[in-house]
Amino acid sequence: MGRYVARRLLQMIPVFLGSTLLIFSMMYALPGDPVRALYGEQAIDQAQIAEIKRSLGLDKPFLLQYWDYLTGLFQGDFGTQIASQQPVADVIADAFPITARLTIFAFLFTVVVGITLGVVAGLRPDTLVDKSLLALTLLLISVPSFVLGYAFQYFFAFQLGWVDPNVNDPENYGQLLLPAIVLGSLSLAYVARLTRTSIAENLRADYVRTAVAKGLPRRRIVGVHLMRNSLIPVVTFLGSDLGALMGGAVVTEGIFNVRGVGYTVYEALSRREGSTVVGVVTLIVIIYLVCSLLVDLLYAVLDPRIRYA
Amino acid sequence: MRGAKSAKWVAGAIVVALAATACGGGSEDGGNKTAGQPDGYVSIDVGEPQKPLVPADTNESLGAYVIKALFTGPVSYDAEGNLEMANAESVETEDSKTWTIKLKQGWKFHDGTPVTAKTYVDAWNWYANIKNNQQNSFWFADIAGYEDVHPESGDPKGDTMSGLKVVDETTFTVELTNPVPYWEYKLGYSTFAPLPEAFYKDPKGFGQKPVGNGPYKFEKWDHKKLIQVAAWDEYQGDNKAKNKGILFKNYTTVEAAYQDLLSGNLDMIRQVGPKDLPKYKQDLGDRAVDAPYAAIQGITPVFYSKQWKDIDPKVLQGLSMAIDRETITKTVLNGTRTPAKSFTPPQVNGNQDLDTDVFTYNPEKAKQLIKEGGGVPDNKIFIQFNADGGHKEWVTAVCESIRNATGVDCVGDAKPDFQTDLEARDNDQVKSFYRGGWVADYPLNVNFLRELYWSKAEANNGRFSDEEIDKLFQQGDNAATLEESIKAYQEAEKVVLEKMPSIPLWYYRINGGHSENVDNVNVDFHGDFVLDEVTVK
Repeated sequence: MGRYVARRLLQMIPVFLGSTLLIFSMMYALPGDPVRALYGEQAIDQAQIAEIKRSLGLDKPFLLQYWDYLTGLFQGDFGTQIASQQPVADVIADAFPITARLTIFAFLFTVVVGITLGVVAGLRPDTLVDKSLLALTLLLISVPSFVLGYAFQYFFAFQLGWVDPNVNDPENYGQLLLPAIVLGSLSLAYVARLTRTSIAENLRADYVRTAVAKGLPRRRIVGVHLMRNSLIPVVTFLGSDLGALMGGAVVTEGIFNVRGVGYTVYEALSRREGSTVVGVVTLIVIIYLVCSLLVDLLYAVLDPRIRYA
Repeated sequence: MRGAKSAKWVAGAIVVALAATACGGGSEDGGNKTAGQPDGYVSIDVGEPQKPLVPADTNESLGAYVIKALFTGPVSYDAEGNLEMANAESVETEDSKTWTIKLKQGWKFHDGTPVTAKTYVDAWNWYANIKNNQQNSFWFADIAGYEDVHPESGDPKGDTMSGLKVVDETTFTVELTNPVPYWEYKLGYSTFAPLPEAFYKDPKGFGQKPVGNGPYKFEKWDHKKLIQVAAWDEYQGDNKAKNKGILFKNYTTVEAAYQDLLSGNLDMIRQVGPKDLPKYKQDLGDRAVDAPYAAIQGITPVFYSKQWKDIDPKVLQGLSMAIDRETITKTVLNGTRTPAKSFTPPQVNGNQDLDTDVFTYNPEKAKQLIKEGGGVPDNKIFIQFNADGGHKEWVTAVCESIRNATGVDCVGDAKPDFQTDLEARDNDQVKSFYRGGWVADYPLNVNFLRELYWSKAEANNGRFSDEEIDKLFQQGDNAATLEESIKAYQEAEKVVLEKMPSIPLWYYRINGGHSENVDNVNVDFHGDFVLDEVTVK
């Protein structure tokens, strides 16, 4: 088991190198010069632009720039932003906890509400409860998240006045509630449907019948035997979803004024702040990898037949 | 057993992951829990400045807002765009070449050190030095000895400009390389602000925590969230703050800012987004702010292209008359622009009535002029614009108007974003027309003519080059006084109209608003709120 984890962690190194190189070259290939763009439509000063680029190392050839970036990275230096002259590490450290909080909030919402709804519906397949869950999830899946975001903002913040329309303080969980629900709602629909199908299917499985025949209490049958087996596909989905939630926060963060990773990447991209984009995206890639490792390890917990050597 | 053992690993991994996020999350300070603001402060949606807060490194509107609150330069402009003295007692010259600047007595920086002639001279020398990477360094190019600190290539020869001389504690003289009769107008740009001694010890740290000589004192900069400044009691200038301080709040979208204005969490919004424009006047009533300012937008033909190389200006005048500015500004642009009537906006000194019908919609005459001028080569034009700036709607409308009026085919040429658009302009890769805007650096007609149509101007991306116009501009620069210079440029503008280096479309307006908590929200020539005048109810 320990060796398996170590091997998986080692595999992250080539993925990390590959993804940074890929994103770095994409940023390099984009048209537009970040230093020139600082001057906008006003008069420009070629000599000063050249000097700023020289001092930032932006005048070097592509591979040399990438090498500088990598060597800096291994010394813990994520680079410096071109315009603000702030260390990229600081920018990321400002934005990441906010998105992490939002994502974890949305994730918990997805897990708790989604699985509960799924179990409730799955235990009574084809009843009114089940049908209404199907209708609700269909609605959530078909409505784009920005429509849902603006609609929720309008109803809950402006018409009913229950919550603040915008997040002004990312440490206030009351303000984060609405964006978290919007962010988590799509995954919620998938999780509820997956759980429902899986539970409804396993309900007819032999081992459940055996358990019932043995005279086990219903709580134990559902809670231990049924749930454990039914959650495997759900866990797979949730693992990959955690990464997707982080990426998907871009739209939601825009609507609710959350200054997280999505906003940072969007802004950096439009200003061609290469090192910021590479830094953030690489971090998301790593989180994605860690999540999928956790999922694979969780299989072993849920299903004793799966072993890793 | 197997399951239990793996569970340990999973738990361990989760703990590590959570600890990693918690480290970042827990370190922020515990205060600032409420969305409210300190008593007597006003708030405005001014996002994160792009650059550190150093006067000569700030050229975008967000940073400029903060710099203007923290620093006061020698002169400033009144609401009509006329020059008035600020930190300077007088700015005088006899030959437009040597200028004497006398400062007012008793002015101090926020750290208590006096504002002297030396603080100005040292600051200007530092700003101009190419090694200090200040974005506005070229603003000092008029001063003699500029090329010593800011050479075209290579290292600077020294770190002082020979044209700057300290006479006494509060007087210094500036010698320019060539006479510039309107040079004092440039001095109103915040780039000419002084710096305290403390700056030179740690320029980098200063940019995060500036010490100025303006009406407000820096309090804190919570990156990407807000910048807070407090009114400074010891301020000596006329524009002393009428409120207790300002919060510059960062919003991710204009829509979000507008929602906060409606719900009373924000006092002022600079621009209402397109989504809310049709209804903002109903929402806000007399709290809506709709005012013109000194900026212009137009479409500029590129004279390096085959199409426009040796074109008869009549064709361009015809195209100009084929654009129904009145209707487009009213409908597509929701009244956010005013139709242009000349090459300069009305808020600048020297704006004149050109007495022409070139800017009036007249399909008959448009057709006739284009015919007289020999027609549009290829009978098709393109208008290049950046798709991330909300220009698509009006470009389409302008094209429609031209097509209907003259039969000349017209298509928008979208570049994905502003950077790509600028790159095509800089590299002479524009096909036919490009969309161009210009906001006044200083409220003078010179700024809208010389910077755009002089053959060697950096912003002349149409590469328009005309000896007669260059000569007329030169005459304006050689004029003995400011008034004569303005007049000469007015004469030049009349010739510009005959040559049509660009087709002006409309002047900008600011469409913002304020909350019920504040009053006296006025707009300056630049389209910015005059924050020191805002009062709290």
